[in-house]
Amino acid sequence: MEGTNGQGKKFKVIGTRPIRHDGVDKVTGRARYGADYAFPGMLHGKVLRSPHPHAIIKSINFEKALKLPGVKAIVTSADLPEAESKIEQAGEMAINPHYLSMNILARGKVLYDGHAIAAVAATSPHIAEEALKLIEVQYEILPPAMTVDVAMKPGAPILLSDLRNKEEGDKQTNVAQHYQFKRGDLEAGFKSADFIIEREFNTAMVHQGYIEPHNAVGMYNNDGQATIYCSTQGPFDVRSLSAQVLGMPVGKIKVVPAEIGGGFGGKTTIYLEPLSVLLSKKTGHPVKLTMSRSEVLRASGPTSGSKIKVKMGATKDGKLVAAQIWMAYEAGAFPGSPVGAGAMCIIAPYAIEHFVIDAYDVVVNRPKTAAYRAPGATNAAMASETVVDELAEKCGLDPLDFRIKNAVKEGLAQIVGPPFKAIGFIETCEAIKNSPHYKSKLTGPYRGRGVASGFWFNAGMQSSATVNIHTDGTASVVTGSPDIGGSRASMAMITAEVLGLSVSDVRPVVTDTDSIGHTDVTGGSRVTFATGTAVYEAAQDAIRQLKERAAKVLEKKTEEVEFVDGSFRAIGNGVPPLSLKQLASKLARTGGPITGRASVNARGVGPGFATTCVDVEVDPDTGKVQILRATIAQDAGKAIHPSYVEGQMQGGTAQGIGWGLNEEYFYDDKGILRNIGLLDYRMPTCLDLPMIETAIVEVPNPGHPLGVRGVGEVSIVPPPAALANAIYRAIGVRMDTLPMSPPRILKAILKNRASTQSAAAD
Amino acid sequence: MHAINYEAPSTIDQAVGLLKAHGEKARPFCGGTDLIIQMRAGVRTPDYVVDLKNIKEMRNISFDAKTGLRLGAAASCIEIHESEVMRRNYPGLTEAAHLIGSLQIQNRASVGGNLCNGSPAADSTPALIAIGARARLVGPNGEREVPVEQFVLSPGRTVIQPGELLVELLAAAPAPHTSDAYLRLIPRNEMDIAIVGVGSSVTLDGDKVTAARIGLGAVAATPLLGAKAAESLIGKKLDDAALDTAARLASEQAAPIDDMRGTVEYRKHITGVLTRRTLLIAAERARKK
Amino acid sequence: MSKKTLVEATINGETVEFLCEPRQSMLECLRDVLELTGAKEGCLTGDCGACSINVNGRVVCSCLMFGPEAQGKTITTVEGLAEGNRLHTLQQKFLEHASLQCGICTPGFLMAAKGLLDRNPNPTEPEIRYALAGNLCRCTGYDKIVRAVQDAAQTLRSSNEGKAAAR
Repeated sequence: MEGTNGQGKKFKVIGTRPIRHDGVDKVTGRARYGADYAFPGMLHGKVLRSPHPHAIIKSINFEKALKLPGVKAIVTSADLPEAESKIEQAGEMAINPHYLSMNILARGKVLYDGHAIAAVAATSPHIAEEALKLIEVQYEILPPAMTVDVAMKPGAPILLSDLRNKEEGDKQTNVAQHYQFKRGDLEAGFKSADFIIEREFNTAMVHQGYIEPHNAVGMYNNDGQATIYCSTQGPFDVRSLSAQVLGMPVGKIKVVPAEIGGGFGGKTTIYLEPLSVLLSKKTGHPVKLTMSRSEVLRASGPTSGSKIKVKMGATKDGKLVAAQIWMAYEAGAFPGSPVGAGAMCIIAPYAIEHFVIDAYDVVVNRPKTAAYRAPGATNAAMASETVVDELAEKCGLDPLDFRIKNAVKEGLAQIVGPPFKAIGFIETCEAIKNSPHYKSKLTGPYRGRGVASGFWFNAGMQSSATVNIHTDGTASVVTGSPDIGGSRASMAMITAEVLGLSVSDVRPVVTDTDSIGHTDVTGGSRVTFATGTAVYEAAQDAIRQLKERAAKVLEKKTEEVEFVDGSFRAIGNGVPPLSLKQLASKLARTGGPITGRASVNARGVGPGFATTCVDVEVDPDTGKVQILRATIAQDAGKAIHPSYVEGQMQGGTAQGIGWGLNEEYFYDDKGILRNIGLLDYRMPTCLDLPMIETAIVEVPNPGHPLGVRGVGEVSIVPPPAALANAIYRAIGVRMDTLPMSPPRILKAILKNRASTQSAAAD
Repeated sequence: MHAINYEAPSTIDQAVGLLKAHGEKARPFCGGTDLIIQMRAGVRTPDYVVDLKNIKEMRNISFDAKTGLRLGAAASCIEIHESEVMRRNYPGLTEAAHLIGSLQIQNRASVGGNLCNGSPAADSTPALIAIGARARLVGPNGEREVPVEQFVLSPGRTVIQPGELLVELLAAAPAPHTSDAYLRLIPRNEMDIAIVGVGSSVTLDGDKVTAARIGLGAVAATPLLGAKAAESLIGKKLDDAALDTAARLASEQAAPIDDMRGTVEYRKHITGVLTRRTLLIAAERARKK
Repeated sequence: MSKKTLVEATINGETVEFLCEPRQSMLECLRDVLELTGAKEGCLTGDCGACSINVNGRVVCSCLMFGPEAQGKTITTVEGLAEGNRLHTLQQKFLEHASLQCGICTPGFLMAAKGLLDRNPNPTEPEIRYALAGNLCRCTGYDKIVRAVQDAAQTLRSSNEGKAAAR
């Protein structure tokens, strides 16, 4: 796939599909992920976790545990300073260090089944585990509030005694925030509608499901400097958040990002990192901590379950005129669900004149939620995209045509913020309409086809990059963006394109927090966009400096030299051009090494849209759903490496399918999490999915030098709603609960059968 | 995990000797695909783990038209799947073994271990019940046989006494026009524990059923013999009415619980559905023989 | 303190001796004792396949195997797939098809795919998906993994046919 750069020139590297530079290490097992690190004298740590969802900690006694041979240290929240209460940005979510510290080690109270209470360092992980059994904790058990319904009721158990919201004044509450977004005149809007649909939805809490559990190896040196090796999406966030929790200066912590085995937002915060440093400080040894899968599920951050009420109105010719939405999301034990983002996404694809959206962030006795790929948007789309489907049906329009008719486009307003620049929403709908999938006929009983669309803002934020020119004319490009999905290759490709090199002559490096300027998380669909911008500008900076050198060598003025097709030449005259390779060998004699650098706080973010189509077949006797075919169309702006763009589209689709059909957190009536393993937390296997067809749409983002739009997230947003719409056409019932597991679908089928039969009998 | 000792006997006598010597403190295993998970969770805490995989006789699969099947308790699921003799004579049991988890699990796990684990949701147990299998136990005081439907006493507990070892599973050779089938309902397409598992075996004379056995899994505290459902078919044609009756009786016998894998109502409904489906498949196979 | 056992096995073609506590799984032995960190821990319950290795010709989850069970066995891990600097066809195809994003599941998939192709050189798509159902990937949606295995199977078949024809 080729394309053109801003000047209409054809790309040589961008748009091709080279093999990723870190690929060989990853297929041979050489690549080092966080849990693969080992150091001389290293100890192993394990964490003691609460067996109760809500309780006061009356006492912790670890004398017996300390006496177990092999145990070297035990820490609790008493070993951490009290952290300030304020709001900080970490990745796509806001974090309060006061609450973060309480999540790392419980202070006074435990707030969910799995809440960390103490950490042990010992000579083997088995001994550390045995030590946990010897720690005695006295609890005063309190009733839990497990759902938004329970937590919002008057008289509900209160989780955080100091939590207040603006509206309730000094009253203790579990509602941390109420957001509201309004436009126009809601009453007038509904009055003008010919069809009004009003529905209520419940979605279950789900987990990002990365295959690699959390890990950290911490080393605290006698000189007060600490180093953390960990698998993280954001080494700089690990540094600043750990510094706050530990009460250490940021400059005394170095974070080395290991390769990372998946994150999807869940590894943009900290859990084990400060514990590893704390235990290392106490023992004088490096300490490694890893979570088991059950700890990941119980105690890292899933995303919110939610209750969403949607009322939407349309005129009979298919124009959406009004929307009223009430949404409450589970924040987990501490405030900070993505309900605000969900509220800004829920009707974002459509130009609706009148709306009121009320969004509530509610604490419940579940683990503190963390970001999960387009946080908040998937829950929202399940609600809005099924109501849109229902309205389209009422108006007698094809669901894609209905969307195109109401679509936002350039110049129209967002829910919050300036009007859209060039966007590709309509193009994704058209790509689906024209796809071989949509054009094919779907026949047979209990089969149905559904479509849905999704929106995500994408992020800009800060990134830094350096480009080093080597003496042989090759280059390295250094960034601080952990490579979760092949981004090293894209950084090398952008550098190669600017420098006129082949991609194999550029070595991409991901480095630690001492060795590159501040860089925000790998997440928010921002690496190719923002770090790519920094890389682009760093490479351009290198070219600028190289031009000055070339001028010296060619004995011309700098402004008389141009860089074309990988060589420097005097403009307009017959001096032989100087290749980058030739110039590189002369750098030492002409002034020294050349390093291009750039730091950006990237503006010009282009939001992402996706439209997804699925065909399903439902077994009417068991309620089981098979996916016959799936296609996703997504606007990438400019696909730097099309294979990895496709990969993001396919991966998000698979997660959305799991979210839609089988994934859910199952707490019992005592507030204990029952499905703490991958047997009963059911993610799609290879056998559950078909090939996932992709259509990359490219409406260049005017805010980026190469037209790039972030692609990592929006693909997860449409699938649950697309599945619900397909299931409706297969069984005649609209589902309003996620996941749409076989028992729920069977119940809907039988209920529908009973009511149709009794209606027929009348 | 707590500290343990690993033993790998090479004969049945050695194994029985170890089990007798250590009693409740020893636990035999083949695949370890249940035991290791339970030990990590602290559910079972043996001091001795006794690896049975080196005992050659316990891995044998042999069939004789007169004396029937001798299925070594330590034969792995994949060995069962690859056995010509198993596929031809007991396709339902073979299917069940091929459903116990991924290929990685099947390459280690055994039907014997699956039975001894005593889970009501074990996949191979309903299929063993359907073919009328008997468990042969060898202990310090001699040998005994137990019909599989009596083997599991409650979740995780079986009739095995201290010092006893399940050595093989025995079943009669199938009569002419006899075959079996196993189906289970899981939410995904692989890797799940059965929400409901049903094994059926039928013998046909023309188009009439002369013998039938039904095993029901995951719908009670132990795997069940669906006796009433099976009896209702004897002497009848396997038509819709007969299937409906058998399905209803199986469903009524099921006494499942509500848990994170399924509700009572769902499991009872599915019991009926799978009873019907397995009977049809078994009959289709029986006709062809 | 738990007493250690001496285990001797053939690992990636080499005879190896190592000490382990019986409670250490084969996965722990590989990673913590033998420094072969290619096999990964994902779930410890046999549900994700990230720890897959080949023991005596069968693909198994090393997290559900006691270290002492390795005694006398022939074991291959992902570190043993390539021949020196020459990648195995499966590894090469995974790279060409962009079948990995974060790469944590890749060693397990390679072992499972090799196990499949060793027994079934011409698998259908459903057979491939069944054989890989014990390996979870959260990044790719499996599409590019299945395509890589199909491509590898075809390449291996034609190179084997070439070898056979050349005799």
